[in-house]
Amino acid sequence: MDFKFTQEQDKFRQEVREFLGEELRQGKWQPSCDAWIQGYSPEFTKKVARKGWIGLTWPREYGGQGRSHIDRLIYTEEMLRYGAPAACHWFADRQIGGAILRYGTEEQKKEILPRIIRGEAYVGLGMSEPEAGSDLASVKTRAAETDDSYVLDGQKMWTSCGMFMNYLYLVARTDPEAPKHRGLSEFIIETDLPGITITPTIDITGSTAWAEVFFDGVRVPRKSLIGEKNRGFYQIVNQLDFERAGLERLMGNYPLFDAIIRYARETDWNGLPLCKDTLVRHKLAQLQVEFEVGWLLTYRVASVMDDGRAPNVEAAMAKAYSTSFEQHLASAAMDILGLYGQLVATSKWTPMLGMAPHSYFGSKGYSLQAGTSEILRNILATRGLGLPAAG
Amino acid sequence: MNFTLSEEQEMLKKMARDFLVEKCPKTVVRELEDDERGYSPQLWQEMAGLGWMGLAIPEKYGGGGMSFLDLAILLEEMGRACLPGPFFSTVLLGGLPIADIGTEEQKQEYLPKISAGEAIFTLALTEPSGRYDAASMAVRAAADGDDYIVNGTKLFVSDAHIADYLLCVARSSGRPKPEDGITIFIVDAKSPGISCTVLKTIARDKLCEVVFDRVRVPGKNILGQPGRGWSEVRRIMERAATAKCCDMVGAIQQVLDMTVDYAKERKQFDRPIGSFQVIQHYCANMATDVDGSRFAAYRAAWRLSEGVPCAKEAAVAKAWLSEACERVLALAHQIHGAIGVTMDHDLQFYTRRAKAAAATFGNADFHQETVAQEMGL
Repeated sequence: MDFKFTQEQDKFRQEVREFLGEELRQGKWQPSCDAWIQGYSPEFTKKVARKGWIGLTWPREYGGQGRSHIDRLIYTEEMLRYGAPAACHWFADRQIGGAILRYGTEEQKKEILPRIIRGEAYVGLGMSEPEAGSDLASVKTRAAETDDSYVLDGQKMWTSCGMFMNYLYLVARTDPEAPKHRGLSEFIIETDLPGITITPTIDITGSTAWAEVFFDGVRVPRKSLIGEKNRGFYQIVNQLDFERAGLERLMGNYPLFDAIIRYARETDWNGLPLCKDTLVRHKLAQLQVEFEVGWLLTYRVASVMDDGRAPNVEAAMAKAYSTSFEQHLASAAMDILGLYGQLVATSKWTPMLGMAPHSYFGSKGYSLQAGTSEILRNILATRGLGLPAAG
Repeated sequence: MNFTLSEEQEMLKKMARDFLVEKCPKTVVRELEDDERGYSPQLWQEMAGLGWMGLAIPEKYGGGGMSFLDLAILLEEMGRACLPGPFFSTVLLGGLPIADIGTEEQKQEYLPKISAGEAIFTLALTEPSGRYDAASMAVRAAADGDDYIVNGTKLFVSDAHIADYLLCVARSSGRPKPEDGITIFIVDAKSPGISCTVLKTIARDKLCEVVFDRVRVPGKNILGQPGRGWSEVRRIMERAATAKCCDMVGAIQQVLDMTVDYAKERKQFDRPIGSFQVIQHYCANMATDVDGSRFAAYRAAWRLSEGVPCAKEAAVAKAWLSEACERVLALAHQIHGAIGVTMDHDLQFYTRRAKAAAATFGNADFHQETVAQEMGL
């Protein structure tokens, strides 16, 4: 065991911090919770692209940097710490690039990867549907094969950033006669094709967090198929491991952690800083303890990936654990704020830009997206511990 | 960053596990819990023969010159086996502090004996207040010529009844601040005026009351700097808390393994109970706590090995472990059902020891306070 970063890694972290610090000094954006999934800024994404940080782990021949997953975790850790608006490239960088590298044709790799790396291709995820949540294999959206194309009909839900993505990675049914796991295929398509309608879904915080995507006779070229026809379910399982593997599951609302610690230090409590109150102090220390454990579990996932293994069980464990931490954080922040926790942004009385209630409600979704905590525990119990499948 | 053991460390782990499975089955643990001494001198000598007591002691003092991280692996296996006896007291509370801050003369006198399994050490730190803070240190050491006269009562001293030497933390001068004026003495346990009573404890380990009644200690037996012992005590505590965490990791890993095996075998409603989702989720929660515990403990152990500051990491580990063990044991009992709460079953060893370990070298509240300070709160 070795818990040390290399000198190059320390230097790299410093470089990312300096870049983000400078962005903040210039007032380019405000640190915010969920900025990795809701922070839309093509301008920011292009700057990150110019730094060479998108596709950090991808092979050099496709424009990547060939660096380790630990390196990528360092870079994403800082993005999350600073609450940077990285949503345009996050999904593609995290899982789509890897999926294309693994299953895509040479032509697809050469066409799409450089666009992602340049910060031009913003890829949304089209997995869930009204009747396919945890049971992803129940996808109904149809992709009917014709001579020169596939024709899509159906509906996707919970597509993060659906309103501003220009590509969609989706799974659709190509063989309705086959058993449900064996009739799915993956596609990557552009979102401006005729027949696609995207409508926003407003979540409990009032944000446009997701979108519904409707397909009505959408004709997509055959070359949009990723990997093998009807093997989509097996391909996507691997991608889901990567979707769960990152620090965004632990640090999605990290700006709130910083803010509530600052608040506790700076707020007067009977002539003393609020953080001297035993209960407040212990709440925050407990959060720090929980955070550090989640941090270790997540860096372990990256080290598994660097060993060339799919981080199936490890990512399931880290994600289920870490989203609980995020929820504890939001809940503790609301408790510490008391009556002030009710105030949303815009009032002069609102502490911390209304981050706490936003995160408190937003965090309800953390343990649902990318595999509910229950599905993740199933994976951990059956594949990790070898318990017999529930019958 | 690397979260796996090296090949050599895997070998050490396997060697330790195989040895303890053979030499320290639960029948032995049971006997030693009832034994007045609480350890087996024969087993002790065999462990010394394997080089365990001296593992992390420098080679020039008869040790193996290995790292604290290597020692952590050994401790994990000892926790897994519930090994009774004075290994922890001797090595963590005696040997390593002497190797760390002893004079050359002290090192030459004591460390070879420890490495050879010829001397048992312990630390007399806590007092009737039951606290680990400097203000609670009331045992006095008054200068008398070149000697000191120690008076007072130490409580919760592990293995003092069989110890050859005690490291006694005493107040040797006035106190502008509670941390000032504290000195650590190496005391021969056979010195006149020392009396020792073994206390009955939940873990059935041997915690003692040690009364010092005008005990004369030569000035050359001061360990570290006179009057400035508290910072050394903090280092000892950091090391001990981390080591205790490694021991606890072994214990809960074994509890998880036992519980998963049981969930696979035990049938109700014509199927293994481990096929029920609720049991699966309990096991998943246990596994998460075990892995989180392992990395928190080993990160602290690694920092001690590297000689980098470890106050926060040790506190994080012990704060976490103290509560994680309790969660793991609670679920283990729920899954084992009624059989798990009988004295015939092995689970009770772990439950009793985990509860004791949670309080030892600072409970979760104690270490959360350290974390709060490290956060600048």
